[in-house]
Amino acid sequence: MSFFRADSLAMQFGGIKAVDEVSFEVEAGEVFTLIGPNGAGKTTIFNLVSRIYDPTSGRLLFEDEDITEVPPHEIAGRGIARTFQNIELFERATVLQNLLLGRHARKRSNFLEELLFLPKVRRLELEHREAVEKVIDFLDLQSHRDSLIVNLPYGVRKVVELARALCAEPKLLLLDEPSSGLNVEETEDMAFWIQDIRELLGITVLMVEHDMSLVGAVSDRVLALNYGRPIAMGTAGEVQAHPDVIAAFLGG
Amino acid sequence: MRFIFKISYRQDLGLFRDRFQRDWYIALLLGLLALPVLLPDYRVDFSLMLIYGLCGVSLMVLAGYTGLVSLGHAAFLGIGAYAHVYFAQDMGLPWIVSIALAALVSAAAGGLVGLPALRMTGIYLTIATLAFALIVQEVFNRWESVTGGLKGKAVERPTIFGVSLQDDTSFYFLCLALLIAGLWLTRNVLRAPTGRAWVAIRDSEIAAQSMGVNLAVYKTLAFSYSAALMGVAGALFAHQVGFLAPDIFTVLLSIQFLLMVVVGGLGSLHGAIFGAIFVALVPVGISEARDVMPEWLGRVFSVFGQDAGSAVAAAVDGFVKHPGLEPGIFGLVLVLFILFEPQGFYGRWIKIKLYFSQFPLYKRATFKRQKSYMRSERLR
Repeated sequence: MSFFRADSLAMQFGGIKAVDEVSFEVEAGEVFTLIGPNGAGKTTIFNLVSRIYDPTSGRLLFEDEDITEVPPHEIAGRGIARTFQNIELFERATVLQNLLLGRHARKRSNFLEELLFLPKVRRLELEHREAVEKVIDFLDLQSHRDSLIVNLPYGVRKVVELARALCAEPKLLLLDEPSSGLNVEETEDMAFWIQDIRELLGITVLMVEHDMSLVGAVSDRVLALNYGRPIAMGTAGEVQAHPDVIAAFLGG
Repeated sequence: MRFIFKISYRQDLGLFRDRFQRDWYIALLLGLLALPVLLPDYRVDFSLMLIYGLCGVSLMVLAGYTGLVSLGHAAFLGIGAYAHVYFAQDMGLPWIVSIALAALVSAAAGGLVGLPALRMTGIYLTIATLAFALIVQEVFNRWESVTGGLKGKAVERPTIFGVSLQDDTSFYFLCLALLIAGLWLTRNVLRAPTGRAWVAIRDSEIAAQSMGVNLAVYKTLAFSYSAALMGVAGALFAHQVGFLAPDIFTVLLSIQFLLMVVVGGLGSLHGAIFGAIFVALVPVGISEARDVMPEWLGRVFSVFGQDAGSAVAAAVDGFVKHPGLEPGIFGLVLVLFILFEPQGFYGRWIKIKLYFSQFPLYKRATFKRQKSYMRSERLR
């Protein structure tokens, strides 16, 4: 019984092995971080887990079910939500609409009911709204609720994207560089939120991150990658002290 | 400034923003109902304007909300028109059944075109729809048992529940009712999960997919729904023109529809209607200009002598009678809008409204946007 397991995962783009036989296991309720220099294959692993790429070989198991063949749009419904490294929000929509779209995997009305906006649709919309408002309160987004994404600063967009992923009520949350582009205060907030997400909401977090202070503050276990291969695994301190990791980052 | 106090989540689910907006729309409806009485001579044009409105809403769903630009919408209009005339006149089905079937046939065709949309994006999709439109036009030409081929097909006035709508006024009300119905249905979908999924596909397919949107289903749905609206518009259009011939449903008409949504303002139903009004009015303006311009300019220039005046009048006369003037003007307008007001009429309308509500504190910079270069690594 494992919560999430990647089994000798491999991804090849032409002659380049972006991910090469990577296996790891994420326990329920932990924060698991992937680190590594640029091009180590961290984001590729994310794209494999969220099924945007088909792995060349290997298997993905989530709650003891094989999700290697599941189409990408069913991943959210199974309880895996993600954020993106370069922010993929719906820019010409409001924060509220973005968050409501986060609830899409929980949609229970069909097109004909929506065409007539039957009372059932109205009731479901109100239910979605309640759920979204909880996330808004959780991440302090009240003042941005009705603003368009294009009008928001980068730091807020980052939070909105996190909020959108939370709206899907995931069991496993994938955060692709949650602190990139954030200033020191915002990174600190992010660290608190990641802790809260784990402790208050009970969501397991799989994260890619470069900021080692953030990694050290929130992660239970860290997996270091280089050239698509795992090189060290352990607590943040252990991995940082590992000679292969030092060699990968600093050369040596 | 008007402040809206939001005290219930239900407020965000309403059709209108607030009481004032609703009252304005009721006033507009009353105005439209009184229009045949106020302007008895221009009724025919107004029916066409309403039909164009429906076309605009149809393409707006696809291009403005889902981000799939189609250059083949005249084909759906034609499919709706021919299907309706075939069902109502050749098969003798009741009008309501016939128009519903026309919408279904058009929706099916839309779904068929939507399928390749799953693999193609941007300009490639647009070209595919263009090819589709050309094929459909050829089918109209050849399938004589249904379409009457190049000889064309006369269309009778509609008869609904035994009531024959012989005069233009009743037809105008029919168009108005169907446009309002179309707007209402579209607005309903847009404020529900399906509409959000469409907007999500427009702004970021990859994120939409990761949040659970099945791209295949929602793109096809957008195509089908858009085509269904176009089918209904086509049925009305058939009655409006009174005679169907394949050369009505040309690529030029498709371009006109696209012009409608771009000039109106992509991504808003208001824009669809503004665009429809514009496209319906330009030909009227041109024909007016044809009558008035040469003489008027001739008189202005006659201050330089009688010869100069008549020469200018003759030159202008030759220019305005040029047959390619209308598409030329449409093209010019499209280019100017893309250059100077990409948000279209609706964007301009918002700016004017904001100017007055914030007077004298309005800043032009409110609408300035920084170009963002963040999405360098976009996945497709």
